[in-house]
Amino acid sequence: MPEITLHVNGLEHRLDVPDRMLLTDALRQRLGLTGTHVGCEHGVCGACTILLDDQPVRACLTLAVQADGHRIRTVESVAPSEEELHPVQQAMRDCHGLQCGFCTPGIVMSLLALHEQEEPPGPEEIDETLSGHLCRCTGYRNITEAAHRALGCAGHAGPADAAGHEHEGAGR
Amino acid sequence: MSAEAFADQGLIGTSVLRKEDDALLRGRGRFLADLVIPDSLEAAFVRSPHAHAKVTRIDLEAARALPGVVAAYTWDDIRDTVSELFLEAEMRIPEQVKEAIRPLSRLQPVPLLADGLVTCVGQAVVMIIAVDRYVAEDAIELVEVGYEPLPPLVDPLAALDADAPIVVPGTDDNLAISVEGRSGDIETALAEAAYVVTERYRSHRYVASPMETRGVAVMLDPRDGGLTVFASTQTPHRLREVIAGTLRLDSGRVRVTAPDIGGGFGQKGVQYVEDVLLPYAAHRLGRSVRWVEDRTENLTSSSHAREQVHDITLAADAEGRLLALRDDVVINLGNANLTGLVVPYNTLTHVIGPYVIPVLDLRVRGVLTTTMMTTPYRGAGRPEAVFAMERAMDRLARAMGIEPHELRARNLVRPEKMPHRTGLMYRDGTMQTYDSGDFPELLRRLVGHLKIDEVRARQRGGGTAPGKRLGVGLAMYIEGTGLGPFESGSVTVLPNGRVRVATGASSQGQAHQTVFAQVAADAIGVPLDRIDLIEGDTAAIGHGVGTIASRSMVTAGNAIHLAGLAVRERLLADAAEALGTAPEDLEIVDGVVRPADKPEAGIDVAALAARRAPLLVPGTSTGPGAMISETTFFKPPTVTVASAAHGAVVEVDERTGKVEILSYAVVHDCGRVVNPMVADGQVTGGVMQGIGGALYEEMEYGPDGQPRSVTYMDYLVPTAAEAPPYVLDHIETRSALNPLGVKGLGEGGAIAPPAALANAVEDALGPDRVHITRGPLTPSRVKDLIRGASSGASPDER
Amino acid sequence: MKPAPFTYRRARSLAEAADLLAACPDAKILAGGQSLVPMLNMRLARPETLVDIGSLAALDYVDVVDGHLEVGAAARQAAVAAHPLVRARLPVLAAAIGRIGHSQIRNRGTVCGSIAHHDPSAELPALALALDARILTYGVRGTAVHEAAAFFTGTFDTALAPDEIVTAVQFPLPEPGTGWAFEEVARRSGDFALVGGTALLRAAADGTVERVRIALFGVASTPVRLPAVEELVTGAALREDVLAAAERLTARTLDPTADSHASADYRREVAAHLVRTVLADAFARTPAGSPTDA
Repeated sequence: MPEITLHVNGLEHRLDVPDRMLLTDALRQRLGLTGTHVGCEHGVCGACTILLDDQPVRACLTLAVQADGHRIRTVESVAPSEEELHPVQQAMRDCHGLQCGFCTPGIVMSLLALHEQEEPPGPEEIDETLSGHLCRCTGYRNITEAAHRALGCAGHAGPADAAGHEHEGAGR
Repeated sequence: MSAEAFADQGLIGTSVLRKEDDALLRGRGRFLADLVIPDSLEAAFVRSPHAHAKVTRIDLEAARALPGVVAAYTWDDIRDTVSELFLEAEMRIPEQVKEAIRPLSRLQPVPLLADGLVTCVGQAVVMIIAVDRYVAEDAIELVEVGYEPLPPLVDPLAALDADAPIVVPGTDDNLAISVEGRSGDIETALAEAAYVVTERYRSHRYVASPMETRGVAVMLDPRDGGLTVFASTQTPHRLREVIAGTLRLDSGRVRVTAPDIGGGFGQKGVQYVEDVLLPYAAHRLGRSVRWVEDRTENLTSSSHAREQVHDITLAADAEGRLLALRDDVVINLGNANLTGLVVPYNTLTHVIGPYVIPVLDLRVRGVLTTTMMTTPYRGAGRPEAVFAMERAMDRLARAMGIEPHELRARNLVRPEKMPHRTGLMYRDGTMQTYDSGDFPELLRRLVGHLKIDEVRARQRGGGTAPGKRLGVGLAMYIEGTGLGPFESGSVTVLPNGRVRVATGASSQGQAHQTVFAQVAADAIGVPLDRIDLIEGDTAAIGHGVGTIASRSMVTAGNAIHLAGLAVRERLLADAAEALGTAPEDLEIVDGVVRPADKPEAGIDVAALAARRAPLLVPGTSTGPGAMISETTFFKPPTVTVASAAHGAVVEVDERTGKVEILSYAVVHDCGRVVNPMVADGQVTGGVMQGIGGALYEEMEYGPDGQPRSVTYMDYLVPTAAEAPPYVLDHIETRSALNPLGVKGLGEGGAIAPPAALANAVEDALGPDRVHITRGPLTPSRVKDLIRGASSGASPDER
Repeated sequence: MKPAPFTYRRARSLAEAADLLAACPDAKILAGGQSLVPMLNMRLARPETLVDIGSLAALDYVDVVDGHLEVGAAARQAAVAAHPLVRARLPVLAAAIGRIGHSQIRNRGTVCGSIAHHDPSAELPALALALDARILTYGVRGTAVHEAAAFFTGTFDTALAPDEIVTAVQFPLPEPGTGWAFEEVARRSGDFALVGGTALLRAAADGTVERVRIALFGVASTPVRLPAVEELVTGAALREDVLAAAERLTARTLDPTADSHASADYRREVAAHLVRTVLADAFARTPAGSPTDA
């Protein structure tokens, strides 16, 4: 069983892992970082997305041994403090961008990478990035709205400002 | 009940941000697979590769010998100590229904592992328990199972043939369910009609596909061996009864807890063999065990939904007033009838929709096939009914040469005619009644949002790009929501000032922590952040049903509301005693009970709770009433009827067959809304699932009974890129059937999109050229329609 | 959904990778893993040994060599698509990469891995075929060069010998003024194509087509060239009748297979439509086709 070194969320971990262990399982089971979720294990759903050397990748399509010596960030590292959320997280909350929350960590990691890149992403890049994540609860509109808000990309017709969006009923 | 309860003030009606989000956004959600359970073993299942086969031999020797394998079980290994799976709660039929319509519902207990026979691909044959999932999957490959294939049976209509293979040995046919509903004289009505359309529509097979798959983890109480079961379930209390009943344990020794649940949509609202097998293994081995379903298991071995065939006839007079509806429906139940009348009866009572139809002749039959069982999924029989009815309405409108929305307008139940009776009996034994609604207003607004006149002008004026065709379609529905029989709610004021709320409902993303806190806070008069909701735990409250059937705000919400009001009365009485005033002179504001004319003399509810706490306050009672706590079971008289109109403008590329939704509009009525942000989120999520089924998703079986959509490469859940421009509009007609005036809304969004989009695509391609009879409208299927139109053939019933 | 057991070896040099591959007959090369790891997880692939060349810095490059754009085996798709040389000299490669999965996949997947894996619905094998790319390999028997035209032999099958490692792919750089197009129809954003096509085209100043290459994917067990259509178009101006003839000829030439996502008829018709589309789009990117940009 090879010994590997993972630099996870700023800490160095030395682990013995079986050759075949997926990075998802190493993070979740060996390091207790269960915020990285497992939704399909064939790279489609995006729930397991983490940052590997600052780039969003599928942890389920990465062997733990492949990550030996590399820097990893997971959703647990994103918020700056107990009191404060990262702007990406805050926008997700403010826009009701999550319901069950299972897919959310992967989306947060992809958006975090966009947030950190030097050139601010345009709407198309944001939409392309989000299309790499499946969400079954929200219908996506509020996630897209949150992304555009957090990444400073105005003008998206989200629920809060969609033309024709109305609450006309009594009691509102 | 005080009149204040109806007042629109306070937290109800405001978009409070969700209490759930902070933990979920930080990766601190605790889903089933996230729970740290020391030394837990992992399960995996040998599953049938055949649709239908005798099991002649099972050899576990090599698997059991593999290092790391702890146990391997066949049905023969366990059959003496367990019962077969049988969902008693789903099978209860009210006496009135039994008498009135004499339904056939042939119950079918299911062996937990294959009993010499497999009847669908993916059926569990052997359970492996190993040190981890990797080893368990290695062991699966070492199990040798001998199969003797039998003829597969996939098509539900073929299942009714006299020479069809029999799915359940010992029965004469595959008919497991038959229900009928009639009103008036159908033959006379059809004979007198000016217009009659008769069509066959198919609703294809879906998978609910929550992002978190199912899972079960079991720990043993080290003291008495009782089972603590964590399950990714929508219905913990029902699961407790099923586990206890199947394993022949006292239900007091089984605690079921639903941790954070990553979506359910109905798929997690039924109980499965794995839900019972894992507790069995833990009990037998004396060890903690866990099973986390993988995605292929979820697609093939968790329940499917929606597959129905409708032979529908719609008749109208010369003015387009509906005279009669006949619908003969066959539901593909798959290989087991576990949920009885739920879906068939929902289909029966929802095909009528928002229309006045004097004569009804409805029959729904459920048949068994060698496919995965189908159970309720978001809409639960309604999207299928709406697809048939709303397609038929469009065909009728075309036959008459009038706009589809005009035909609908002529037949809607008028708001002044509410409550409206359809003439059918509902599944709860009452006569089906639409309690309230304004269907014409739904339609009027929808037509405006869709700008149908503009679309027609562009269609006439060729205002589309070359090769593209523009279309508009709509669909309307009603939905009986807030199903009984009951839900529980308990409210307790603790001496530390916090308010503990418990209920049998169980959230899978519906923001219960937030919305039930809004209800409780308003009822009592305390701030939102003082409320702690505990749900999804059989140890927190003794009885409950769970979160299914668009029911939680209606049933649990009202239970919590009523318990909260009762607690409020207790607080007022205690404060009146303490302050020497009359309760009527007191108000509760921000958690302080105070004289209205002397607010500074108020007492915090914490102090009032402490007064009651035994031992803390000398002289207080230790008998009943020693706590400020009330528990209520809300039993709705019958369902409340929510309603909506959906529509879409689409552009179809005739060269590629791709459908682009240019805009999707919803006008929705779910009564009083507790949290508009959350309500909108529920509707919008449902709409996207409906769009998924309309255009992308299908669980397809080959004629050999092999499922073809076994990964996320083939079962196509839509992404953000497929989310269309969207308008969501609400009207609010309150329900008089419950104190809060609410109706359910969890399922509604998913009900209409398949019909609305099929109507829009047919409108684009030309209703004279093509006839859409089934979905999903994949590029390939759309091209088939176009090809059939140019060749004159009807390609759709392939 | 967990891989069967295997032995993982991270190669420290190409020579070591070749030795490992030769020593274990049931070994596979791992680079980005975006095609291989799903198959491992589903136990559809079960090599005894995985030889990881993904961290060989010497293979992580994009360069222009002798009129070819060369992409090393460790170069990730996202990095290749963003590379200045690619954007300036071979933009069709960036366009093709842009259609692969999603950014999270392209961050790890490699260009060479996609070609060596050879899914017949994938973008890069078709582009390699259209451009007459050369696949460079290394093994214990030395280096070798495969021509793309003979490399793709069947679904997930190539001319690669068991002891060969793809070390780089060389895409011949089109002559200046060559127009290009890359199009596909997929069910959802990011899905494998139902049908896709690419064209590279040079035109004389009067609009006459001088040279054209067309390749389709998703229509057979390998990407396919359309020599008859190329011949039809060459020497002609891309008028409506010529495009229509190209479309008809494509439909007559192809014999696609059906699967659960699309019928054979669908693939034939849409492939024919895509041929028209990519020809027209490629022409529009030539100086003759876009005089204002020239």
